[in-house]
Amino acid sequence: MNLKLDIALTHLKARKRQTLVSVLGVAMGVGFFIAIASLMQGFQEDLVRRVIDNSPHITMKDEFRDPPLQPIEIAYAGGAFALRGVKPKTEIRGIRRAGQIMQALTTWQGLTVSQVLQGQGFLRYGSKERSATITGIEPDRERLVTRIEKDIVEGSIDSLKTAANGIILGRGLARRLALQMNDTVTVTSPTGVIIRMKVVGISHTGVLAFDEANAYVLLKKNQILQGKTNIVNQIRMRADDINESRAIAAKVESRFGYKSESWDEANEGVFGVFFIQNMIMYSVTSAILVVACFGIFNIISTVIFEKTRDIAIMKSMGFAEGDVRTIFLLEGLALGAIGAGIGCALGLALTSMLSVIRFKAVGLVEIQQFILKWSVWHYAIASGIAMVSAVAAAYIPSRRAAKVNPVEIVRGAA
Amino acid sequence: MTEASATAPAVEARNVTRVLPGTVPVTLVREIDLAIMPGEFVAITGPSGSGKSSLLYLLGLLDRPSDGKILVHGRDTSGLSGDELAALRLARIGFVFQFHFLLPEFTALENVLVPMRRLERWDDRAARERAERLLSDVGLADQMKKRPDQMSGGQRQRVAIARSMANDPDIVLADEPTGNLDQKNGQIVFEIFTRLATEYGKSVITVTHDPHLAEQTHRQIHLVDGRIVDDGSKDRAQPAEPAATASSWSPG
Repeated sequence: MNLKLDIALTHLKARKRQTLVSVLGVAMGVGFFIAIASLMQGFQEDLVRRVIDNSPHITMKDEFRDPPLQPIEIAYAGGAFALRGVKPKTEIRGIRRAGQIMQALTTWQGLTVSQVLQGQGFLRYGSKERSATITGIEPDRERLVTRIEKDIVEGSIDSLKTAANGIILGRGLARRLALQMNDTVTVTSPTGVIIRMKVVGISHTGVLAFDEANAYVLLKKNQILQGKTNIVNQIRMRADDINESRAIAAKVESRFGYKSESWDEANEGVFGVFFIQNMIMYSVTSAILVVACFGIFNIISTVIFEKTRDIAIMKSMGFAEGDVRTIFLLEGLALGAIGAGIGCALGLALTSMLSVIRFKAVGLVEIQQFILKWSVWHYAIASGIAMVSAVAAAYIPSRRAAKVNPVEIVRGAA
Repeated sequence: MTEASATAPAVEARNVTRVLPGTVPVTLVREIDLAIMPGEFVAITGPSGSGKSSLLYLLGLLDRPSDGKILVHGRDTSGLSGDELAALRLARIGFVFQFHFLLPEFTALENVLVPMRRLERWDDRAARERAERLLSDVGLADQMKKRPDQMSGGQRQRVAIARSMANDPDIVLADEPTGNLDQKNGQIVFEIFTRLATEYGKSVITVTHDPHLAEQTHRQIHLVDGRIVDDGSKDRAQPAEPAATASSWSPG
């Protein structure tokens, strides 16, 4: 074995208990880092999955990023006078020439499209009433673009087509209204159209806010309800490669003018939260590692204090300053490496323990267990941080050791 | 004498002064001129505080002179870096101190191996054989696997001597090597030193305050207040011719 490593390990072996404490400190830091990283990433990825699954990859809406110019502004652009208080032209909102856009988009490679009309509605059943977002869909197209079909837990998406006035409710919404399958609910639109509809399906996405405020009917039915015949206000797209969403959205928007959002743009707030979460996670686990490093600093300082004579004799023998420094850096590295090894095992144990815990929590989303992400990167990063910090903690005392003046020590001893 | 003057000194001090800086600077040794030949066994004597050990550390390149030069085999060491001095100590100089300074967690054999593993002049097998021979030569053939705390003071000091010889240095420096030993063990250590000088041509320099032991050397240098007041080389025994026979003290 390498002489310096041999000496370094001998020093550590001579102080078993202190070595053990330092190693456990590092192991704890690494273990918790792995467990928390696995929890966090698991949770975040699960949330993203639910968000992506619930919303189309790309949504074209009947609005523009910048409000369109009014006719007078176009006619007298750059005029000497500006006219205040020009009311926007009244128009029925919706995507114009939606049919043509749909047709154009279906020819694009790697893209599946559907069109919907989304509007507000008022659901009443007995004495209970709730407002909801009512989405008019074409089942055969929608099932290819969103997860809707898989989310339906009772009934089926096809029963929208067979029932005369079918409606599919989010599970939360159905519960709030105390509605069961095949019950009849009265739906009122903002324009005053009232239709009695039969509950033909219950959907459950797991995102609470979504399930409590959404209902699906046929596109045609919603066009009647909202008083917007032949109008759609959203074109939804699913990209074969989800990572292309943002690029495709930009292309769609520049081609057709309507505001087109990719799922990640629409949920930017969520990613902001993730960023803060990660920051908190890294600071907490770094704090654990910093504490562990104090342990390493401590043991190596103690060893150097106790081994001053050994250092002096090694230097008188002809060990250079670098040799002495290397010995103590190796001690730090050894503590870090052993700690990281045990920490990885601890992390694995913690994550497998967490994965079998079952509970019922209803918050932003409904979950019954921790969703854990297993990634070799967590282990690699945690071990890397541990070893780098261990060596850093050893560096300061090792420099002092290298500077030991053998003359002072042997003179003092004589 | 003709033999000694024909050979270059193993280590040489030229007008060496060492002052410890501080609010009240302390002069440890002043204006030392000294040349030690290969095969010479030299004792440095003097009252405590006379600068004996300081001179030894200067000759052994552990300390640097404030003024003057130390030459090892004619090479001026004053311009060398700390690492270069360390490399020179490793290959050319062996130290023995009053306290054995063995690494307590290592066995006698391992302690002797430490300088060799650092220098890497011999491969593992050869180094081990050499270490075993060195220990046998100081009469410790049956103590090799023992750790320092399992040995007597005299045995430890002999391990330290074997270790000082590990890399086959030309110069062996000993600082009160018998200070903690009884008379019998002190005598054994001195006999080993005599053999190193006379049979193997090493320059052995030892600091001692024991006049009886000092008498056994070729040359006694007496220091008072950091100055050489008596250099016995002129009228004392001459260094012997190095032995031609191959032995464990030489490389191989």
